[in-house]
Amino acid sequence: MNLHYGAFHALHNVNLGIDENEITAFIGPSGCGKSTLLKSLNRMNDLVQTCRITGKITLDGEDIYGNIDVNMLRKRMGMVFQKPNPFPMSIYDNVAYGPRTHGIKKKSELDRIVEESLKNAAIWDEVKDRLKKSALAVSGGQQQRLCIARALAVKPEVLLLDEPTSALDPISTVKIEDLLLELRERYTIVIVTHNMGQAARISDKTAFFLHGEIVESGLTMDIFSNPSDRKTEDYITGRFG
Amino acid sequence: MASRKNVFSIILKVFVYLAMGVTVLSLAGILSYILVNGVKTFKWSLIFGKFSSQNPSMSFAIVTTCVTIFLTLLMAAPLSVFCAVYLTEYAKRGSKIVRYVRLATETLAGIPSIVFGLFGAIFFGTVLGFGYSILTGCFTVAIMLLPVIIRQTEEAIKAVPDLYREGSYGLGASKLRTVFKIVVPSAAPGIVSAIILSMGRIIGETAALIFTLGSVAQLPGSLLDSSRTLAVHMYIATRDGGAAGREVAFLTGTVLVFIIFLMNVAASYIGGKVGKDFEN
Repeated sequence: MNLHYGAFHALHNVNLGIDENEITAFIGPSGCGKSTLLKSLNRMNDLVQTCRITGKITLDGEDIYGNIDVNMLRKRMGMVFQKPNPFPMSIYDNVAYGPRTHGIKKKSELDRIVEESLKNAAIWDEVKDRLKKSALAVSGGQQQRLCIARALAVKPEVLLLDEPTSALDPISTVKIEDLLLELRERYTIVIVTHNMGQAARISDKTAFFLHGEIVESGLTMDIFSNPSDRKTEDYITGRFG
Repeated sequence: MASRKNVFSIILKVFVYLAMGVTVLSLAGILSYILVNGVKTFKWSLIFGKFSSQNPSMSFAIVTTCVTIFLTLLMAAPLSVFCAVYLTEYAKRGSKIVRYVRLATETLAGIPSIVFGLFGAIFFGTVLGFGYSILTGCFTVAIMLLPVIIRQTEEAIKAVPDLYREGSYGLGASKLRTVFKIVVPSAAPGIVSAIILSMGRIIGETAALIFTLGSVAQLPGSLLDSSRTLAVHMYIATRDGGAAGREVAFLTGTVLVFIIFLMNVAASYIGGKVGKDFEN
């Protein structure tokens, strides 16, 4: 697929398969198009007026830019953003916002989903006594796990994470990495990261982006130990980027 | 060089303190002058008694003021808030409509209120036949308030971080839900304070209301009756009442200050509550 922002050709002939129940990492220097591709996957780019996409992106064989319900697509593709963005409401309401959006009203059902999502995001024990408190009162790392819980609450199939740990301290980062490794069992995960170590630690497959093109993609192990392209090698060994 | 910098910073500091002092003192001066003079002439009968030429009580004007505030806000607030939501969330950024509406609101905001009064008197009073009445006054002031509330609501909505919108869309929420469940509640404190500020405008308005609501000294029997708000009462008393009238004016001013104080307290309580409700 190709993607333009106005006259700017942001993604060139990108062709990539993402496999189920694996973590795929997008790496590359700033402005190389990795976040752009991520946002195309759940059509968040629709919000950018000048954005134009040609080609095809399919989810389970279905063209997501075809005749589909965008809101349902976004429900299937949970997204976690670079900066933790809990809504200015209680922890409970944050997690319940998604399920309520999709029509769940019963208190007992919501209670169950909130508890389950918070447990899955490994933050239940830290917040279970203050579910009614503002989500803005917890730490940045907790906020990010809360955002993961919020994304999990709508029962997505895919989790898209846009540099989820770049605004966090090392300890919170480790917690989120551990969490992603656990979640891999049940979800397909795509993560954009600037952190080479992070990609190497947690991903199964890696795609290296440069100037809007995928230079190389494949098993993370291969890319990091034996890159076939010179540019990939230069980037992962820190010669630029 | 260093010492010149030093002198400059001292001068700046003195100026800052001076500016603060002058502002606070003049406010305190005006306030205490009104209050002292108001308390001097204080009589319950002047506030709550029945109006007569011997006892120019303001009781009817208090009622009229409250009704006017309520009715005007009922007309202006929902319209302005929805208009601001359209301008910020629905209209395409930089589109022609937005530019024209913005030009219109900015122009409206700059027009002297007496011009609105003239328009209101002719359009609502004569053309629509409401005459001098509370209804005519409220329609007129409501139009005056539109640009004020729209502008401030727009600012409040624009200040809501895009991260919230993205978060909501990312969960599969529709635009409608995102706007009314996330964006507007996040902007609620700003919107409430815009509405409170416009209440102040209604209370203080005279020019537009003399032309439209009129200045009859009576307790209005219906919305089609003419009456006076407190500010108009104050104006008429000063103009026609001689020394005794000035005393009435001071007492009216005192009551106005008191009402505004109460309103601000109520507003901050409501504002806090709105924010809290959203958080809980």
